[in-house]
Amino acid sequence: MAIDSYRLDGEAGGNWLFRLAAPQAFFPVAGKMIPWFAALAVLFALPGLYLSFFVAPTDFQQGEAYRVIFLHVPAAWMSMFLYVIMACWAALGLILNTRLSGMMASAVAPTGAMFTFLALWTGALWGKPTWGTWWVWDARLTSELILLFLYFGFIALTNAIDDPRRADRAGAVLAIVGVVNIPIIYFSVKWWNTLHQGASVSLTRAPSMATTMLVGMLLMALAAWMYSIAAALWRVRSIILERERDAQWVRELRGVQ
Amino acid sequence: MLGGLQSIIARDLRLSMRRRGDVLNHLVFFVIVVTLFPLGVGAEPNLLRAMAPGIVWVAALLAAMLSLQRMFASDHVDGSLEQMLISAHPLGVIVVGKLIAHWLLSGLPVTLLAPVVGVQFDLSQQALVVLTVSLLVGTPVLSLIGGVGAALTLGVRGGGVLLALLVLPLFIPVLIFGAGGVSEAQAGMSAAPHLSLLGAFLAMSCVVAPWATTAALRVAYD
Repeated sequence: MAIDSYRLDGEAGGNWLFRLAAPQAFFPVAGKMIPWFAALAVLFALPGLYLSFFVAPTDFQQGEAYRVIFLHVPAAWMSMFLYVIMACWAALGLILNTRLSGMMASAVAPTGAMFTFLALWTGALWGKPTWGTWWVWDARLTSELILLFLYFGFIALTNAIDDPRRADRAGAVLAIVGVVNIPIIYFSVKWWNTLHQGASVSLTRAPSMATTMLVGMLLMALAAWMYSIAAALWRVRSIILERERDAQWVRELRGVQ
Repeated sequence: MLGGLQSIIARDLRLSMRRRGDVLNHLVFFVIVVTLFPLGVGAEPNLLRAMAPGIVWVAALLAAMLSLQRMFASDHVDGSLEQMLISAHPLGVIVVGKLIAHWLLSGLPVTLLAPVVGVQFDLSQQALVVLTVSLLVGTPVLSLIGGVGAALTLGVRGGGVLLALLVLPLFIPVLIFGAGGVSEAQAGMSAAPHLSLLGAFLAMSCVVAPWATTAALRVAYD
C-alpha cells in the first residue's frame, strides 16, 4: 500500500513537471509568475538604488564615479550566469527533446546579451574617470567582449534558421560548444594579457568594501536576477504564441484574434 | 572503418583536384590579406617585424574561415551528404574524414606558404620555424572548430557571414597562442609553452569537435 501510494505520488510529480513542459500549460503559469518577479525586481531595486546612490560612502580615491559599480558588477555577473543558464536549457532541450527548453534558451539569450552590453558600457563609463580611458585591453574587458560575440552568434544562428525546432537544436549545439570554450577563452585572454602587456590595470586592488556598499550591490544583483526571470518569461510567452499560432488553444485565447 | 575514412579523404581530395581553382583561391587570398597590412600601416621594418606573427595568423584564420563553407556545402547541394548520412559507415568516421581532407586542402597549404610570407616581414630563422610549427599544430584546430560552424550553418540563408560570426570568437585562443609563440621566439624566449597549449587545444578539439559536428549534421538533416 505504502509503495503504491509512493508510486502514485511519483507519477503525479512526474505528470506535474511534464504538464508544465508543454508550452500550452506553461503559457498561463508564466503569465501568472511575471508580475511577481517584476514586483520583486522593483522591490529589490528601490532600496538597492537608494543605498548605492545616497547611503553608501563616497570612495576616497574615485569620488562619486565609483557608484557605477552598483550597476556594473550585477550586470557582469548576470552576463555570465545567463550564458550558463541558456546553455543548460539548450542541453536539456537536446537531451530530453522538450520543445519548451529551446524556447527558454532563446528567451534568455537577448537578456544575457543586454547585460553583457550593459557591463561593457558601464565599464567604459567607469573607466574614463578612473583610468583616464574608455577601453583597455584588459583580460576581463576582452573576454566580456568575446562573450557578447558569443551571444550574438547564438541569436544570429537561431534567427537565421526558419524551422524553429532545427533552430533550437542548432543553437543548443552552439551554446554547448560555447560554454566549453568560455573558460578556455577567459584563461587564454588572461595569459595573453599578462604576457604582452604587463599588469596595466588591476581591478582587484579595490579597498575593502563598506557593508552598505556590499548590501547595495547584493540588492541590485537580486533585482537583476528577478528582472531577468521576468523578462525571460515575458519573452518565452511571446515565443510560444508565435510558434503555436496555428494551435487551437492559441486561437481560443482571449485577446489573440 | 579505416577503409571508409580513407575513401572519404581520397574522394574529397580528388574532387578538389578537379577544381584546383578553389584551393588556389584561398592561398591567393591568404597572401593578399598579408600584403595589405604593410600597405595599411606603413613599411617601417621594426613595426612590421613586431606585427608579423599576428598578421600571418589573422590571415590564416580568415583563409580557413572562407574555405569552411566548402566542407559540407557542395555535398549538401548535390545530395551526396545525405547518402553519406544513411550509409553503413558511422557518421563520426565520415566527419573525421572530411575534417582531415579539409585540413589537407586549406591548413596544410597555408602552413607551407607561411615561411615564404614570413620572409617578407624579415622574421628570424627561429621565428620562421616556430611560425611554421605553430601553424602546423594550430590549423587543424581551425578545421575542427570550423567544422562545427560549417555543419550548423548548412543550407542556412546568409550562411557565410553567419559562419564567421559563429566561428571567429571560438578561434581566439588559437590566435593568441599561435601568434604569441612566434612573438616569444622573436624576443629570444622559448615558444614551447605556447606550442604546448596549442597542442592541448588540438587534443581537446579532437575530442569535442567531431562529436559536435556530427550532432549538428544530424540536426540539419532531422
